[in-house]
Amino acid sequence: MRDPGRYLRRRRIADALAFMAAGLATFVGLAVLAAILWTLLARGIGGMSPGVFRQMTPAPGSDGGLLNAIVGSLAMTALGTLIGAPVGLLAGSYLAEYGRGSRLSTVVRFINDVLLSAPSIIIGLFIYTLLVLRMGHFSAIAGAVALSLVAMPVMVGTAEDMLGLVPRSLREGSAALGAHPWRTITRVVYPAARNGLLTGLLLAVARISGETAPLLFTALNNQFWSTDLRQPIANLPVVIFQFAMSPYQDWQRLAWVGAVLITLFVLLLSILARAIAALFGPHANPGE
Amino acid sequence: MTPDDLRPHVCREARIERAFRAATFSSALLVLILLAGVVATLIIGAWPALKTFGAGFVLREKWNPVTEVFGGLGPLYGTVVTSLIALLFAVPVSFGIAVFLTEVCPRWLRGPIATAIELLASIPSIVYGIWGLFVLAPILQRDVQPWLIDHWGALPGIGRWFQGPPYGIGLLTAGLVLAIMILPFISSVMREVFRMAPVSLKEAAYGIGATRWNVVWHVVVPWSRAGLVGGIMLGLGRALGETMAVTFVIGNAHRISASLLAPATTISSVIANEFSEAVGELYVSSLFYLGLLLFMLTFAVIAGARLLLRMSSGAGRGA
Repeated sequence: MRDPGRYLRRRRIADALAFMAAGLATFVGLAVLAAILWTLLARGIGGMSPGVFRQMTPAPGSDGGLLNAIVGSLAMTALGTLIGAPVGLLAGSYLAEYGRGSRLSTVVRFINDVLLSAPSIIIGLFIYTLLVLRMGHFSAIAGAVALSLVAMPVMVGTAEDMLGLVPRSLREGSAALGAHPWRTITRVVYPAARNGLLTGLLLAVARISGETAPLLFTALNNQFWSTDLRQPIANLPVVIFQFAMSPYQDWQRLAWVGAVLITLFVLLLSILARAIAALFGPHANPGE
Repeated sequence: MTPDDLRPHVCREARIERAFRAATFSSALLVLILLAGVVATLIIGAWPALKTFGAGFVLREKWNPVTEVFGGLGPLYGTVVTSLIALLFAVPVSFGIAVFLTEVCPRWLRGPIATAIELLASIPSIVYGIWGLFVLAPILQRDVQPWLIDHWGALPGIGRWFQGPPYGIGLLTAGLVLAIMILPFISSVMREVFRMAPVSLKEAAYGIGATRWNVVWHVVVPWSRAGLVGGIMLGLGRALGETMAVTFVIGNAHRISASLLAPATTISSVIANEFSEAVGELYVSSLFYLGLLLFMLTFAVIAGARLLLRMSSGAGRGA
């Protein structure tokens, strides 16, 4: 037999090398995150000024801010969530309650999982055909509907998971008191899963507030102030796209500011969602 | 109270019950209707181009809005190549991260590091785009690409991938940005499937003298093969459809060059760039044709990924 000591040593070295490589990979991942955040802060904070929140998007070469884009983005994100989240919650309720275990639920859950990762630009094409062509022009409402379709699968998925975690005994207790299923679901199951549902809602908002592709041919953009939902509306993602790709220094500076605003908003929402999930449930939460 | 007094109340409850049930049912159906609507819209929109160009569209490189001759080979090539480059970088790094977090990292550090990596996934794609264009592309153009051209450009065979001027933007840059974007998805799925490997199996391997790396490579990896492939395919599906980040750094050239350093285009970036300015039925319809191709491609990949993940007991729902 060969020298067993040498063989052992070789295996130990291979072991150490493999785990060093794994550590290096993790370092690379964290370094990239740090690099992106650092660049954002370095370039974006410098351009931050009160004017950003007070003035409209400028013409090239003149002074301006992002007020109309910020308001437009908030309005469309809010409206998109308002449309997408309730429908998602109801669909999730069907999957977790009425349709639990049925064949339809299996199919819906599978398709929903696929839609969750499907390219969002396709949603843009869909809403363009469905709404923009019908109305004859781009509009904020088309943008909001497109965003709602991106938010919906996120909400369906989390709602089903979170409702599924609520113990059966709670439902049985409610049923034993003579409550119809709808009363059990809305008065017992939803409150028990409250924190999980809130997490899903925050994740859905985070997902759509940075989405650009579905807005390109639905809301388009608007250089001016507008709150008319039937008209094209300014929004941060499309403004960032347009300004960053332009040759004008002022525009590029505002693009970085916009990128910082969006990233901070989205990261804040994601961290909040995680904190709620970690602190209050889903395992700690449902009433037991 | 007599039963008669209760009757209106019970009737009302039953009515609401029917309405609520119908509302949840139709919301669930809406998911399927959404899919059907998207497919129908794409096919109807693509119909003129489908009739004019047929299946040959896929194999034609020419994209000429003036003469109205369109072919999807350029964007298709760009989509596939950038996604493969992304996998080439993202898979080993994600694997490393997953191994590190499940086997090496001290327990108290696992949560924070995992969260940080997953935050990469929540950064909007437009931010990756602007970062890729203004930070990554100049670095590649100045430091990396000249080196590649000098040292690898002369190699036989693979040399032609690294020739031509260093543009900074192009297939390689887009692939790298995509790699960063899909890395958190792949690593989080891999971590989940690693965690599901039965402890008894690992303990048995340790019991006969395996090192930790032996256990990972010969026990955990074979056990979680389906989940690993599923996670990689999920990342691929993301990369194929990613729009904004790629649009910034791809360079928008319909012509196919052998070099990975050359500008190219992808399906999603062609649609993003040209759709709102496209005039003429055939032009618009060709963009829908591209959209249809993209949707079929990503649908197949993601559906495959989901099936594989379902086989390994439902990992990756969140990704």
